[in-house]
Parts: sequence; structure tokens; C-alpha cells
Amino acid sequence: MTAPILSIRDLRVSFATPDGPVEAVKGIDLDLAAGEALAVVGESGSGKSQLMMAAMGLLAKNGTARGSARYRGEELIGLPARRLNRVRGAKITMIFQEPMTSLDPLQPVGRQIAETLRVHSHLSARAARRRTVELLDLVRLKDPERRVSAYPHELSGGQRQRVMIAMALANEPDILIADEPTTALDVTIQAEILALIADLRTRLGMAILFITHDLQIVRAFCERVMVMRDGRVMEEGDVATIFTAPREDYTRMLLAAEPEGTKPTAPPAPPILRAENVGVHFAIGRGAQLAAVDGVSLTLSPGETVGIVGESGSGKSTLARALLNLLPATGEVRFRDTPITGLSRRQMRPYRHALQMVFQDPYGALSPRLTVGEIVAEGLTVHAPELGAAERRARAVAALAEVGLDGAMARRFPHEFSGGQRQRIAIARAIVLKPAALVLDEPTSALDRSVQKQVLALLLALQAAHNLAYVFISHDLAVIRAVADRVMVMKDGRVVEEGPTARIFEAPATGYTRELIAAAFDLSAILAARQSNPNARGSASTIAGT
Amino acid sequence: MLGYALRRLAGAVPTIFVVITAAFFLMRIAPGGPFDQERTLEGQVMENLNAAFGLSDPLWRQYLTYLGNLLQGDMGPSFIYRDFTVGTLLKAGLPVSVTLGSLALLLAFLVGGALGVVAALRQNSAVDHLVVTVATFGITVPNFVVAPVLSLVFGVWLDVLPAGGWQTGHLAPMVLPVVTLALPQVAVVARLIRGAMLEALTSDHVRTARAYGLPARLVVGVHALRAALLPVVSYLGPAAAALLTGSVVVESIFGIPGIGRYFVQGALNRDYTLVMGTVVVVAVFIVVFNLVVDLLYAVIDPRVRYD
Repeated sequence: MTAPILSIRDLRVSFATPDGPVEAVKGIDLDLAAGEALAVVGESGSGKSQLMMAAMGLLAKNGTARGSARYRGEELIGLPARRLNRVRGAKITMIFQEPMTSLDPLQPVGRQIAETLRVHSHLSARAARRRTVELLDLVRLKDPERRVSAYPHELSGGQRQRVMIAMALANEPDILIADEPTTALDVTIQAEILALIADLRTRLGMAILFITHDLQIVRAFCERVMVMRDGRVMEEGDVATIFTAPREDYTRMLLAAEPEGTKPTAPPAPPILRAENVGVHFAIGRGAQLAAVDGVSLTLSPGETVGIVGESGSGKSTLARALLNLLPATGEVRFRDTPITGLSRRQMRPYRHALQMVFQDPYGALSPRLTVGEIVAEGLTVHAPELGAAERRARAVAALAEVGLDGAMARRFPHEFSGGQRQRIAIARAIVLKPAALVLDEPTSALDRSVQKQVLALLLALQAAHNLAYVFISHDLAVIRAVADRVMVMKDGRVVEEGPTARIFEAPATGYTRELIAAAFDLSAILAARQSNPNARGSASTIAGT
Repeated sequence: MLGYALRRLAGAVPTIFVVITAAFFLMRIAPGGPFDQERTLEGQVMENLNAAFGLSDPLWRQYLTYLGNLLQGDMGPSFIYRDFTVGTLLKAGLPVSVTLGSLALLLAFLVGGALGVVAALRQNSAVDHLVVTVATFGITVPNFVVAPVLSLVFGVWLDVLPAGGWQTGHLAPMVLPVVTLALPQVAVVARLIRGAMLEALTSDHVRTARAYGLPARLVVGVHALRAALLPVVSYLGPAAAALLTGSVVVESIFGIPGIGRYFVQGALNRDYTLVMGTVVVVAVFIVVFNLVVDLLYAVIDPRVRYD
């Protein structure tokens, strides 16, 4: 290995909190060679982001960094902002996870790129603008002349991330730090963005430090990987070795956390939920309507899971709400033999206990002012008013036990629980009412992979124990493959393809499904194909249409 | 945007109509009338006066007559300031009140804005605590306390500024009333900017600006401050309304010939037409000002579209 251009020694980060100092990074060593791609992998809370924030002088106000981070021999830790500003944005640049909020919403994107050019490369306004257009073209944003004056909200998530990349490349950096750059994007867009970064890396010869939780990406993209946990390095080595012969249990656990296996097929049974030609239309001004869901039909039997998969904006969550009569829809939904479409809230109430829902965000879905016991028991006060308080409490504790939580936790408040535990609480709140069907809207998408695996196992066990029917919505094909009997692929409010899980994944009938599957399971092949011919726009991009 | 502005103005017509109607009948519910004095007038004189000013008509007819005249731009004669129409009085008073109000608004935004930004940049420092304390003080102390105190200190004891009065075109008499009127708004604006700025400074896009090595003047002055201005711009509407109410007190105490004064005197004297005229002018002003604020908002924030 040549001499590293970035060399971190015994870096420690701590945050002052009301409960005393919290150490987020506990002494990390890291070397990055010129032109190298290094992945820093870890679950949430591992300190992987704070490590680089500290090196770049971007810690929150209550954070302090100790130790050393040298860029080409210059110590960055403790460097005054004025000197640090000569390095960051010019020699070391960053792409962040949140394409929605990382750009200034009040400034045209071209101006934001030009600003860094004027500050670091001292270009004139005109030269900076010309270079900005070139950069937008380099990151393959269509119509760059026009896009320079676009505001962030006028661009899609993928387009914004391209703008961020253009900004990162503007001053020809030595090091690009990519902090979960594709986590918020759809899989097909993710494949495109990664292909773009990989291609630019070979053309411009910069080093890349890739911070991610996604091992798929690591394998497809990086040469070396560092596994972090609780602010420490667990294991470090080249990608091939770590994937084939991991030394640490933790690494093995991460590798095994990818969802796998398939659900045993449910025995045939008469359907309990039947949707015919469901449509949801939103008015979008001037009398125009947007068909968020258009002519979708579906049946659901006890013990069965229908997986609904699609990218953002495909209408899958809207369909879920329409199935439960949570928003006005056309068409007909029958629960057992009762048509429930169009029932008023009062008329709907007798059926609510049988049709429950679990939401994506375990932080927003639980009232912060109620104890966990109260949250789980609340539905019983409506649906089983004949029960006494003691009986309700007992049932809540039983439901908590069923999702693997100690009944003593019933007195605590949601903020005392981790994301995975909160999602268990949300599931307990649904099953305490003894539902016949559960609609699960991205129930594991906000969780770490290892936690996701446990929650999926719990859901499968509950289904087997109570013969529950699931509508399982996810953007993650690996999850859908592991849990569903049948799969519906949605795009733009319509069903593109549906069928038994094995058939969809082994022999997808439509091009769109093939793209999704390739982008989700075969990232390496896509990147390899793109890199050998970077100008060929792969079929995935025709779908994404960024 | 023009279409939006016109539609908003058309939408304001019912609002103003409701305001006029409510004010008209509320005024009449109040006991007494414009010609009640300590020494009661003779019955015949009273009747003549009432007849001359149309007060002997049934109330509904008076109401309709008033609306009709108003539509033609006639706000009627003042009952108390004989020989003056309400239109003349307001025309004389309005420029004074508008000068007073806009200077106070300007002062509030400049001083309040500067204080708020400094406090946010030095969060939890002595400067920050000082600003927050002074701001709380500014909000809690009412202007009918501030006005006489300022007048006493600077006008009488120190004798550096006029204690009251107004001379169009002269700056010195404006200082104390403008400061008095601006003070609570300085406090509110400082607190608003401080909060918005603290939020903006920790936002993702400001982190991006820092990560890209932009100098502090760009990070704070362009990226953070512009975002922090948005809530303050939306406060402009309520601020203008607050200034109008404040001017009633301030104009009375400093003896300024603005329209705020007419509000108080008109109400006390049961000068029906004068109060009505003031109400109409103030209501129209607030509606138009809020429209301007909303349009301004769209100029600053490209995400806001009116069509």
C-alpha cells in the first residue's frame, strides 16, 4: 500500500448530554490510500458517521473530538475553521444520506455548486457557471443548462443526489466521503447512483470512503472494509476475505442478517378480504386528478401473506389505507361478506378490531405520553368495553409477552425502547385485538438488518400461531421474498405483475420486475456492466427516468 | 401571481363587510349618543340634531345609508369635530400614523433581527442570556408604562428630546414614540429570529455548507439567515396589526395627530362615523398588508407557489 492520504489515529468522539458524556467513537485507527475505496460498515449507533464528522469538524455543538486525523500530513482535529475550510469542500468532500434536506431549499442548485467553485477555485461568476453546467453533465443530469437554475424541490431524490455528487466533484477532491448516499433512494435509482460514483472514481482517481449499513453495496463497490460496533473497530480487511472468512461473530451475524428463506405456503382457505378494482384519486388542482391507486384487485385468505412491492410513489401505502377504509376509495372491498368501502367511521368500528395495521415509523406511531401498557390496552377499551381494567392490563401483558417483551415493561414509556422494541410494541397493540388480518406497511424498513431479521421471524411465528392473514408492504425485495406467499409488483398505482413468490423471483414476466430484482440482488453485475461501458444507460435507468 | 392577488383582494371584501357590520352595531349597542353632554340639551334641539345627522331613522336604514355612502367613498361628517368630514380627518392623520408605524416596524426588524442573530450564534453565552432577558422584559412591560417613563427621562430630566408632539418632517419628536412602539416588536422579532436561527444552524443544508468549506459569512449570512427569515416574514402581518393597536396608546400619550388617537376619542365621544371610518381604514390596511406579506413570502421561498 502506498502512503495513506488520510490517516486517523486513536480518534475519540464524545457528546456532552444531560446524563453525562456519551462516547460515540472510542479510539479508531484508519488509513485511506489514494484512489482506494474503503467501506465503513456498522448498524445505527456504531459511530460510523460521527467518525468522519469529527475529522471534518462537523460535530454537533455538544460533541468533542480527540486524537488525530491527518490529511497529507496536516492535522485536521483542532484546526481553526479558516484553515480547515481549505481542505473540506476542496480536497475532501462529502455526500450525505438525506438528498431531500442536504441542499439549501431557497437557492437554485447551480448556484450552490458555483458557490463552492468560487470559494475554492476562485473562478469568476461566469466561469463557475460554465463549469457547473459541465459538472451537471458529468453526473448525467439531463438538460444541465436548464437544471442549473432549478430549485431542490423541483428535482427528484435521485436527481438531487446527482447534484450533491456534482458539488462533491467540483473542486477535484482527493477523497470523497459518501455517508449512506443511496439509503433514501429506490433500488433502481440506487444502482444508477452507485454506478455513477464507481465510474467517476475510475475516471478521476479519487479515494472513496463509503459509510453504509448495506453489505450488498460494500461487496459491489469497495476493496477494503472496516466493521464498526459501539464506536470500536470489530474487524478490518479486504472485502473478499471478510465476506468469505469473517473472523468475528459480529461480522458473521451482520452477514447472516440478510433476509433469507421463504415462507411455507398457506393451505387454501376461503378469502377473508376481497378487493375489487380499488382506486384512489387525489385532486391536484385545476380539476386534475392523480390516480394514486388505479384498478387494483386482491384476495387475502387466513394464514396467507400477500406481498406488495414497489418503489416510492407506486401507490402501495395508499392501497393499504384504502383496503382498511382509512381514506376514500372507489371500487369495493369486502371483509368476509360485508362490503366495507364507504362505511362511515361509526359503521366501520365493529370491523376495525379484525383489520389492524402496523406502520413503518416505530418512533412516530406510539404516543409518547402513554405507557406501553396503556398503548397496547387502549384498543380494548373501544372494542371490548365489557372488560375490566385488570383484565385489559392482563391481556396487554400477555400480548407483550407474545412479541417477546417482558410484562414489567408495560409501565415504561416508548422513548425508553429501541426501534426494534417499539415495533414489537406496535405489533402487540395490533394482535391484542385478535385481528383476522394485519396490514404491515414497511414494518421493518426503519430497523437495522439484524433487528429486521428478528422482527420478521416474530411476524412469521405470530402468523402461524393465530392463522393471521398479512398484507405486507415493502420496497425491499429480499424481505418480500422471505415472507410472502404471493407477490404484487406495483408501479404508478397499477399492478405490473402478480403471482406466487417463487415464480415472480425466479421467472419474472415483465421487464420492470426484472429490473427491480437485478437492482436488489445483483448490484455487482450492474456496476460491472456499467463500468465497462459507462455511457450505456442500462435498462434500470430507463425505468427510473431520472 | 397577479391572479392570486386579485382573488385574495376579492376574498377580502366579505371580511371587511363583516368587520363594518359588527363595528356599526357594536357602536350602537354602547349606551349614550354623540350629543349626550353633561348638561342635557333641550328635547327639541336634540331631535333637530338627530334628524340632521340621520340618527332618527330606524337603525337598519341608517346602516344601509352608511354602506351606500361608503361605497361612494363618503364616510360622512364627524359628529364631534364639527365642520370636518371623517375623510378629511383621516386624510390628515393617516400619513402621520403610517410614518410612525413603518419606522417602528423597520426599527423592530433591524434591531430585533440583529439581536436575535447574535444571540443564536452565541447560544447560552452571556450575550444570549442578556438578549433573552431584555426580550422578555420588552414583551411584558406595556407601552403605556414605557411611553411616560421614556418621556420623563429623555424629555424632562435629560431634556434631549421633545417629550411629546409632532412636526411633520422633523426627526427629533419621532424618536421616543417610534422607540416605544417598536420595543415590544423588537423583543418578539429577536426571539423569533433567535429560535429560527438556532434551528437553521443545525439543519442539514447548513451542515452541507460547512462541509464544503464555505466561509462563515456565507454559511450564516446566506444559508442560515435566509431560512431563518421565513418565520419572521410571516410574523409581519400580526406585527402590523400589533403596531396599529399600539399606536392608539402611543399617539394619545405623545400627543401625535395620527388616526390612532381618533379611535380612542371617537369611541369615548360616541362619534359614530369617526370610529367607523377608522375601523374601515384599519381593516383594509391589515388585509392589504397581509396579502403583501404572503406575496413576499413567495419571493423568498421558491417552494411556495400561488396560482
